Amino acid sequence: MWLLITAGAALTASVLWYLIRPRDRYRLGFLCLILWGATLMWLVDHVLAHIQEGGPFFEFSAEATALGLSVLVLGLLIWLARLSASHSRRALRAVFKR
Amino acid sequence: MACFVAPAAVAVVTTVVQRVVRKKEAATAGGRADVMVGKWTQRLRWLNTMLWGGSALLALEHVWHGEVVLRPPFLTAVETPGGVGSVFHEMLTYGLTMTAVVVAAWGIMVGVAELRSRATKLPDTASEVVSGER
Repeated sequence: MWLLITAGAALTASVLWYLIRPRDRYRLGFLCLILWGATLMWLVDHVLAHIQEGGPFFEFSAEATALGLSVLVLGLLIWLARLSASHSRRALRAVFKR
Repeated sequence: MACFVAPAAVAVVTTVVQRVVRKKEAATAGGRADVMVGKWTQRLRWLNTMLWGGSALLALEHVWHGEVVLRPPFLTAVETPGGVGSVFHEMLTYGLTMTAVVVAAWGIMVGVAELRSRATKLPDTASEVVSGER
């Protein structure tokens, strides 16, 4: 389930990034890359586990959904930290230029 | 178990490579390395973001499943007999495949970006030759 949630979030972030592409003020490209990186890694993990161990490809349970949402929150936190760091760096640079 | 360690280790290497490339590109352009962002610096940053971000999210999943703990030796599989071998096996199979897939996706992104940048440069070059201003 966490693969589906992360892939869905990556797709949504990519569409948003494409729509505001010329001016990526919110660094959505960064968020897209984090989410796509995790999606690709989990896709490999799921495919290899399915080949080696069999069983269902996706795990649908409340715990798997909670994990997916937690992963999404961590991704968003990393993105927000990066966004605020770059904004404060830009603001500091503007102050020192004066 | 520890599959995210392989992409994280590769991310350390690519981060160092990115810093070296950034300094070289800044030196070539005659600017400051902390202000300038060159073409390959930006492209290596894409790879680093995918590797670091993916590793971080995978690490959370491993913590969630109790495979990684916040005390030494950090990997619970290491505490069981013969666990070290299975940890290395997973790093070499799952971890390296994950890294290869992410690097391949990055390669496609770089290829597309290169084609797009060439496509946008061509009309300018043609107009310069035609107008005879060179």
